[in-house]
This record gives sequence, C-alpha cells and structure tokens, in this order.
Amino acid sequence: MSETFGRYGGQYVPEALMPALEELTDAYQRYVLNNEDGFMDEFRQRLETFGGRPTPLQRAEQLSERYGTEVYLKREDLVHGGAHKLNNALGQVLLAKYMGKERIIAETGAGQHGTATAMAAAHLDMPCEIYMGRTDTNRQRPNVFRMRLNNAEVTPVDIGRGTLKEAISEALRDWAHTVETTHYVIGSVVGPHPFPQLVDAFQAVISAEIRDQLRERTGALPDSVVACAGGGSNAMGTFHHFVDEEPVDLYAIEAGGSSLEVDQARGVAPNSASLTTGTEGVLHGARTRVLQDGHGQIMESHSVSAGLDYAGVGPELAHLVETGRVTPDSVGDDTALAGFHRLSQTEGIIPALETSHAIGWLEEATPEQLGERVVLTVSGRGDKDLETVLEETAERDIPAAPQMNVFSNPTTGGDGNE
Amino acid sequence: MSESDIAAAFEDGPAFVPYLTAGDPTFESSIEYVEALERGGADVIELGLPFSEPIAEGPTIQQAIVRSLADGMTPVRFFEFVETLAVDVPLVCMTYYNLIYQYGEEEGPRPFVERAAAAGVDGLIVPDLPVEEAQPLRTACDALGVDLIFIVAPTTTDDRLDPLLEHSSGYVYVQARLGVTGARSDVSDHTSHSLDRLKGYDLPAAVGFGISTGEQAGEIVAGGADGIIVGSALVDIVADGYENDLSVEETADRLEAKANELTTGITEQGQPRSERL
Repeated sequence: MSETFGRYGGQYVPEALMPALEELTDAYQRYVLNNEDGFMDEFRQRLETFGGRPTPLQRAEQLSERYGTEVYLKREDLVHGGAHKLNNALGQVLLAKYMGKERIIAETGAGQHGTATAMAAAHLDMPCEIYMGRTDTNRQRPNVFRMRLNNAEVTPVDIGRGTLKEAISEALRDWAHTVETTHYVIGSVVGPHPFPQLVDAFQAVISAEIRDQLRERTGALPDSVVACAGGGSNAMGTFHHFVDEEPVDLYAIEAGGSSLEVDQARGVAPNSASLTTGTEGVLHGARTRVLQDGHGQIMESHSVSAGLDYAGVGPELAHLVETGRVTPDSVGDDTALAGFHRLSQTEGIIPALETSHAIGWLEEATPEQLGERVVLTVSGRGDKDLETVLEETAERDIPAAPQMNVFSNPTTGGDGNE
Repeated sequence: MSESDIAAAFEDGPAFVPYLTAGDPTFESSIEYVEALERGGADVIELGLPFSEPIAEGPTIQQAIVRSLADGMTPVRFFEFVETLAVDVPLVCMTYYNLIYQYGEEEGPRPFVERAAAAGVDGLIVPDLPVEEAQPLRTACDALGVDLIFIVAPTTTDDRLDPLLEHSSGYVYVQARLGVTGARSDVSDHTSHSLDRLKGYDLPAAVGFGISTGEQAGEIVAGGADGIIVGSALVDIVADGYENDLSVEETADRLEAKANELTTGITEQGQPRSERL
C-alpha cells in the first residue's frame, strides 16, 4: 500500500509511534479493506441504527431558483450528533475495539469531532479522553458539556493559541506514552499514514450515497460537487466516489478568514486557506500544504469557523489540488456569515459555519462552474455556532441577517442592526 | 572510515550529553548556559533549535521553545548561536524536519546540513523523522560529514533495529521510557531491555528521557549505557532562573553544579567503553 499521494503524505512521527502505525496499517488492511471478522458489515449496520444513515439528498428549491440550476444538499447535518464527524469516529472507535485497544483519545477543534468520538466511545463502552485547545473550550462550551455528558474526559490545552493545532500536538504526545493500550482517533484526513486513507475510507459513505441517490433521482452524475475543507474529511468523503468520474467538477472551499494576506513578522495568517495559499511542508506527521513562515514555523491560522481553523490540510486533498482534479477556492468570514443566514432563511436549515463557507461560495461561483446539477454537502448543523454567529453578525453589515436586537441582549444589539 | 568527533567523545568512558534549547530565554544568556555545561563536564552538547509544533516534547521543553521563539530564535540565528559559542565539545542540533526542509533556496535538506556543518554542528537528531523518511537527510549528512542520530524507543520492534542502527551514526539515542521528554523520579526498566538489545551493535548507546540526578545517571551507566542524555532537568534550572529573576551568572553556576553532579554520578559508575567491549 502506498504511503504517499504524489509528493504528499508519509509518516513524519517519533520512532515510538512507528510500531503503532504499522499495527494500524495492518488493521486497516484486514478489517477495513478486507472486511475481516465482518468489521465493515458491523460498521455499516451501526452507522444505520446508531448514526441515522443514510442521510437524505435534498433538492434545495429556493437555492435552485436563485442560481438557475439544480442544487442538491447532502444532509450530513442529520447524522447523529449533527455532523459528518460521526462516520469517522464510529469507524475508528469500532476499529480500536477490533484491535483490542482499551482506551480512546482524540483532539477536537470546534468540538464536533470530540463530541462524535465521545458518543461513539460511550456507545461502544470505551474510556475516552478529548484534547481541546483552551480557546476552543471557551468558544464552543456546549460541545464541552456534550462530551462530559457522554462521560468523556475533556483536557484543555493551554500552550500556544489554544486551538486545533495545539490539540493535535497534545494528543500525539499522549499517544506517545500510551500507544500500547490506546488508539488515537484522529478527526480528519490528516496525520501520518494510514490515517488519511483510514478516515477517507470511513467518510466515503457520503459520496457513495450521493452517487446512488442522485442516480436514482435523475439517472445522471452531478456536474459539480462542492464541499467545505479544513483538514478535509468532509471534502474527501464528498469527493471520494467522484474522483475517477472526470466530467464531475470538484470544488473544495476553504476559509479565507478576514484576508488572504499573511503577516510574516507576527507569524499570523488571518485565514485557514492552506490549499489556496499554503506551501509544501511537514506538519503533524505528513508532508502536505501548510501555512508557514519563511523559516518553516507553522503560522497561527484564523477563521470565524473553529472547525476550519487549521494551518494544514489532508495530503490526499493537497495532491488532488496539485494534479488539478480538485479546484480549491476560498470564502471569507463575511461571505460565510451571509451564507449561514441565507440557508437558514431560504431552506429552513441552520448550517454549521464550516458548511456556510460552501453555501457562501455558491453566490460567488459562475454558472459554468455550477453546471446544471450541483451537489453541496451540509457537513453539519449550526446549533453549536449560534453565539458566534450572533456576535460576528452584530459586528458586520451582513445583508441577509435578521434583526436580533428585539431580545435586548447586549451581545446581539450591535449598531449594524439598529 | 574515520571516526566522527561525536563517536570519539564516547571512547574514554561513559559520556555526559546535556541538552538545552538554544536561545532560552535569550540568545546571550543561553550562550552562557551552554558554556557552563561544558565546564560542568559535558562530553557532547545537544542544542534544541525550536520548532513551533514540538510533538515529541513535554511541558518543560515546550515552554523553553516558547521562550526562545519569543526572543526571536530562527534557524539563521541558531547557526550564529553555534558560531558564537566558545566550547570544544561536539555539538548536536535537535530539531524537527520542517525547519530542515524549508532552509535555503534549494529544495531538500542539503542546504541546512551544509550550513550546519559550516557553523560547527557535528550531528543532528530529528525526532519526527523515522528511518522510513530519512534517506534524503542521511544522504546530505553523509556527503557533509555530519552524524545523524536516531532514537530507539521502548516500542521499537526487533525487526526495526537493524535498519535503525544502519542509518544511525555518532551514537544511538535510547529512549528510556514511553512518552515525551521530561524529568521523572523513576527510570523505566525498559532501559535495561533496550540496552541488552543494542549490545550486538557498534554504536555507543546514550540513554535519555527522564534522568534528573547523578544517582540515576550512575545506575543507568552501571546498567551498561555508554552515555547519559539530560534535558528537562537542566531546562528546569533555566526556567527557574527566568521565573525568579535570577542573574545569568547564578543560573549558569547552578547549571554547572547540576552538570557536575551528573558527570560525577556517571564517572563513579562507569568504565571506559574500550574496557567493556
């Protein structure tokens, strides 16, 4: 099995973890690829009964009219827990059980992967510890409570800026001394081989369902498929079964944050657009595209969406962009917020801020890019983002935003809404 | 093939190999601290070149890295640091692969190794570079006469030992226990097992991770180690001086005293490597 995707991928980890990666690679081949002991059968069955799959493919009537094309939404927000993250978390926790591991650890940014892992661990009766940057525990409090309610330990990470990057580093450190008994459930298609392939294998159910559902509905393939991309698990899962279908255009929408310009001196990138603006580097076990300064120090990234706020991206996605198969684009905070409000108002779906970037992109895309049939994955629901959205909306002039100051809450009564 | 300066440092008895993060907490004070380690008996000195994502480091060295980066340490400054040092012992640079890979205009690790060799760096340790990914760096190090030191972990399987030792030069870093760097009161019995496994190989075996006292160092040397690597216990002294506003001289004296304690622990127990082979 290849450990790289073109020039990207590999295993840049401490020696102490190499035997664990060999063990995991072996388990991936046996259980996932070869369905040994009926692993994949049990995974699919649990995705259905516990996870709520398959999720609907819904024609978005208002958006279809607005853009003059058929817009379909893949409703991953309806997966148990409210995001596509459970597909991977359930698969990996189950795999850990088949491997005889006794404990689960995971990192989380927005908290969606952490809550999904906590749910899966509770469901499969495994002890679970989640590493979460201190900044993120503060801005995603409801998810911290959900993890605790599922009996997971939540360990805040104080070093650095206290976001996803630091949480991954800390989870890797935990794994380095517990590797014999513990499985690290990485949350995206990032990290050392075999994680990018493993996570992709569990998320590929998204595109398998899209393909079958659209074929049944229209007898055809989509012209374009759109997904938001941070680490890239939603994008890879949404693209997987279309990568070999050349006529289908694939768009990965990153967080443009407040600007694509980089502050070299402060080591800050006010975006998370590693596919669009990053350069080749080695981060968290893989060679991929990263946001880094001229010396190779990893930059602090930014996005209004905690789930996209990451300085790296999955190596396979980086490779698909390099070969031209996937087209990356970015959408800034303002456009994403407008997308959030538009989907909430026109379709009755409150999307996650991550998804809102893909929704926002529809507004900027050309008719040629969209084609006659567009599929966009609603990667998660937006309940977790309500406080952020209200605060950020109040600071801006977002055309579609509703008036919220009727509730006389000081955090929502900004001048823009008066 | 001529023996490297690093390998030679292990010839006259077990070696003391201290670690400090270069530039912690400032460029100038850190120079004093490294020189104090040599006065305290260091045979080889490991210098950390700080990377923003140090996944193999525990809290003590993470904080040292934060202090050094805040003071403006970069790979360019690091080589100036090495050139400024007035020490006669071999120097090993410990850093992460992205900094090596990004250095210089030309693609690949060679520009970094060229600059390191020119500055007087004798060897490299790259904790996030397993042998599987190391060929480009190994080639550059061979071409420029720089040692490349690999880590043997408690989890390293027997079938990984041959390739690991084949790629390693100078010495092999024996990780005494699982986990990240950091001072501990107990040193794992993984150590003696690891040392037994390495007996058939020519390279000196230096043990690190968790050693903080002369007594521990002596025990590990008595157990057959060719060298002792001490990092966090020394970084703790730097951190304490920084947090309590001690003078550079006082912190340097404390580092020298700690180095002396460790050197004494080692020499009381150790015999020259030549007599043990």
